[in-house]
Amino acid sequence: MKSMKRFFAEIAQYPSAVFGMVLIFALFAFSLYTVIALPYNEAISLWRGDENVWYRTPKVAQPRWINWFLKEDLPETFWFNSANGEGTKTEEFSNGTNKIFISMPFDYNSKDFPQELSIYFTSTFEQKQPFVSVKMLTPDGREINIGSFAVGKTFTYRFSQDPKLQRRLKNISPEQSLFMDLTADPLVPQAVPGRYELQIEGVAFEENSTVDAEFIVYGKVYGWAGTDHRRRDISIALMWGAPIALAFGFLTAIGTSITTMIIAAFGTWYGGWIDEVIQRITEINLILPFLSILIMIGTFYSRSLWTMLVAVIALSIFGGSIKGFRAIFLQIKEAPYVEAARAYGASNMRIIMQYLVPRIIPLLIPQLVILIPSNVFLESSLTLIGLGDPILPTWGKLIQEGVRNGALVQGQYYWVLEPSLILLATGLSFALVGFSLDRIFNPRLRGM
Amino acid sequence: MASDKLLSIQDLVLHFKTQRGPVQAVDGVFFDLGYKEAVVVLGESGCGKSSLAKALLRLLPRNVSRYDGKVYLEGQEIMGMDEEQYRQNVRWVRMSLVPQAAMNSLNPVMKVGDQVAEPMMAHHGVKKEEALIQAAKMFQHVGVPVDFLDRYAFELSGGMRQRVAIAMSLVTAPALVVLDEPTSALDVLTQANIFNVLKRLKKELEVSFVLITHDIATSSELADRVAVMYAGQIVEVSDAHRFFNEPLHPYSRMLMASVPRLRADVEPDFITGQPPSLLNPPTGCRFADRCPKRFAKCSEEPPVFNIDGIQVKCWLYNG
Amino acid sequence: MTDTQREVLLSIQDLHVWFELRRFGFSHAGYVKAVDGVTFDLHYGETIAIVGESGCGKSSLMKTILGINKPTKGKVMFKDQSIGEIGGEELRQYRAQVGYVQQDPFGALAPFMNIQRILEEPLVIQGIKDPAERERRVRKAMEEVKLTPPDDFLQKFPHMLSGGQQQRVVIARAIILEPKLIVADEPVSMLDASVRVEILRLLRGLQEKYQMAVIYITHDLSTVRYFSERVFVMYAGNMVEKAPVESIVHNSKHPYTSALMEATADPDANNALVYRELPAGEPPSLVSPPAGCRFHPRCPKMIDGECNVNKPPEFSADAAVVSCWLYK
Repeated sequence: MKSMKRFFAEIAQYPSAVFGMVLIFALFAFSLYTVIALPYNEAISLWRGDENVWYRTPKVAQPRWINWFLKEDLPETFWFNSANGEGTKTEEFSNGTNKIFISMPFDYNSKDFPQELSIYFTSTFEQKQPFVSVKMLTPDGREINIGSFAVGKTFTYRFSQDPKLQRRLKNISPEQSLFMDLTADPLVPQAVPGRYELQIEGVAFEENSTVDAEFIVYGKVYGWAGTDHRRRDISIALMWGAPIALAFGFLTAIGTSITTMIIAAFGTWYGGWIDEVIQRITEINLILPFLSILIMIGTFYSRSLWTMLVAVIALSIFGGSIKGFRAIFLQIKEAPYVEAARAYGASNMRIIMQYLVPRIIPLLIPQLVILIPSNVFLESSLTLIGLGDPILPTWGKLIQEGVRNGALVQGQYYWVLEPSLILLATGLSFALVGFSLDRIFNPRLRGM
Repeated sequence: MASDKLLSIQDLVLHFKTQRGPVQAVDGVFFDLGYKEAVVVLGESGCGKSSLAKALLRLLPRNVSRYDGKVYLEGQEIMGMDEEQYRQNVRWVRMSLVPQAAMNSLNPVMKVGDQVAEPMMAHHGVKKEEALIQAAKMFQHVGVPVDFLDRYAFELSGGMRQRVAIAMSLVTAPALVVLDEPTSALDVLTQANIFNVLKRLKKELEVSFVLITHDIATSSELADRVAVMYAGQIVEVSDAHRFFNEPLHPYSRMLMASVPRLRADVEPDFITGQPPSLLNPPTGCRFADRCPKRFAKCSEEPPVFNIDGIQVKCWLYNG
Repeated sequence: MTDTQREVLLSIQDLHVWFELRRFGFSHAGYVKAVDGVTFDLHYGETIAIVGESGCGKSSLMKTILGINKPTKGKVMFKDQSIGEIGGEELRQYRAQVGYVQQDPFGALAPFMNIQRILEEPLVIQGIKDPAERERRVRKAMEEVKLTPPDDFLQKFPHMLSGGQQQRVVIARAIILEPKLIVADEPVSMLDASVRVEILRLLRGLQEKYQMAVIYITHDLSTVRYFSERVFVMYAGNMVEKAPVESIVHNSKHPYTSALMEATADPDANNALVYRELPAGEPPSLVSPPAGCRFHPRCPKMIDGECNVNKPPEFSADAAVVSCWLYK
């Protein structure tokens, strides 16, 4: 415990390391929160989700906080579901018919137009479909008829896909014309902020028949991270990217480093042909094209993250660091205390694991810490070139899908920038801590 | 400030800054040395003697917190010189060093002859051919065959390498050579041979030596004068005859008593305890803790008393 | 108790330890004949000193006795067991009976283990499973080497101790298995002068108390008087003189022994006024040593035709056994 305190005191001397440790701690806390608040299975199914999961979110919407930086706010996304008691719904039963009136007033606070408008109708009936008529009231006093139609058990009405409405609105898209500020310059269309109201009048022709509607105004911003082309909330991938990245980074780094160290220890201690064989394997492994082999495995076998993890470790354990470890082990091997251990009967295994290995752990730690971000970046790089795990939401996945769907071309920078920045922060934090650790541990090693 | 003395050191101080505080490695060192004389600075580990060598030659690391005192070399005060003056006039010109484990610090990729010649070229601007001639002369003086000029360090034995290091310190014909533990890693016969060499050099080349060592027995091979160092300070300066017969300071006595004698039938003794840390030296006499003769006055730091030419830093010799 | 009354504990019989030199790891390029024909007996409770300079083969001899090297020829007999031929469990049991004190006190202790762990290691390896028993033996060893109170030291790490204290831990570790034989390789040469005697005295006390045999290896003749009954002088892989310590000091026979005596000074101001008469040259290469007596190229008393042709056998001369043609 005392040595931990001393360690922290020493590392506190390097401001960059303290910054790095704060970031790492934040990352860990973030990952922990993610794993608890959004369990794995739920996240996967959400990420895999199709329209039914994400029907309420707009496509490629920017994050909500962008409005802090804009002079004119972009419209937000919101919805009312009468089945949940949002909006007011009145029903009047008379003569076997049910007159339904749903009113959904809302405050629209932007001068920009919503992306889409939809109403998801659900109704219950035995034989006869209810009939509805939809109207929009604008703050500048207009009352616009949207349409009248029969609704089945479920019926989706998309404003932009109704040709009758298009014609009625003189071929200006409903999202614009319903909110249009008519007093403004027609060349610079603007919306009228204020209180709007959607009114649905419906008639159901049976006793227990009723209609419910969910009215969704798709704004141009959503959530704290925005959405992608499949309407998915990007924050899911940003959140789950953290534990995945950390797990991948740590597991590969630790698995590789420890295995490499033990291999080097065995080879150096036993010497002879064992050492020779290990060295030759290492040399051959160094020549092998690492990325190409991973690509082959990904293309022909499996792209699952676990496969990649195993492959990365397998290709890395005979890495160049074996040579470095070997050089140090050769020195330690000659140390008097090792000789003494032989003299009082220590077995080879004991000497390797209890006398050689502990001596090299201080050297190992900085290397390991710096290896973690390289592996995190490796995973992202593999995903970027299309070899990512098909089901997992990772940061690399976000970047890849963003680029592939034209995010950079269409100005949807947030989609690519958010994962990039968090990747950068991860890499930076580990690197800062790792370099400081190097400076702390290595001077001591000179007195070997 | 006697100018007939080659070297006169007064109150030399060298403190280092470390993470745990200032290390007072050299804390008031003084002694004199005449021409063609050798003084031995005797001290055990932790007394600061290796720092003394650095202090004498101004080979200072970066974390020095205090460095002052007066050093008169051939009558001229050298502590006040600036870096460039010192480099041109003193270091390896009038005073040179054979550092600890010198034989292991020879450049493995240079021929030994070239290494010995290098100080001549660097400090006197002499051309290589001339410098090599001088190097060859030095090889003869130290007893290394001249055809070894073309050899590399790894081809030589430990004793030969140490002789090469000594030759390197002599090549610019300095008046004073500081030797820091010159034979601690060598065998007995080799060691004795090196001291034969040093004795001859003292006579033939008229060079003086400051020998820093912990080996009391071999120190008597070369010493004309003896200075005993303890906890960064000099506690006794005496001439060899009187010192090896009967030292004055209690530490010197116990040190002499702890040397196992081959020829005499005496059971050697030891000193209990450890020297104080140079980080936080105690106030008062630094040897008081371990001294069997301590008394009340010892809690005050004793001044240096002069008893018939012997300087002792001990209250026992008050007045 | 004289030599003849005590039983032989360790018997070295015409021991040769050669190391093969390989060029590029493949082709044979000769042998380093580190130990080239050494014979002596060591009795229970006896202390001997092996004196020699670097390269004389004393380290290889020592490692062979410890079971780290295997003899190339000849035998190392410990209580009727040939050490060169055993392995595995038998070797481990042998090692419990030999304690090893090394030269570098700091290097001999694993820097990442605390003192308690360091002292427990030999016990654990030799299969003492009961932690209470181990604790008892560790504390006893600490008291034997006067590192008391033990609790002050057990949790510390080697770098927190002084050189003398570290060497005491090394000694404690060497005696913790209650061995019959201790091999001490230059145990005080890296310690300060004022501490050396303390450690030697400690070793001697332990040796007398437990009647352990001690092989004290050193290049410093001045301490042998203090610590050994017999002295064996080694040069270039052979033992050139074997004699009781007084004989070595006052009546050395072999020219090399005399040279060592001459080169070992007692502190005396007059030393500065005389040159010492010493043999020139260096110890020979162990790959191709000189023919005949290995010391002959440096020997002031070489007999031409004899010393440079034939290797001298052992001759008796007073109390000593000398390998020198001068004593035929």
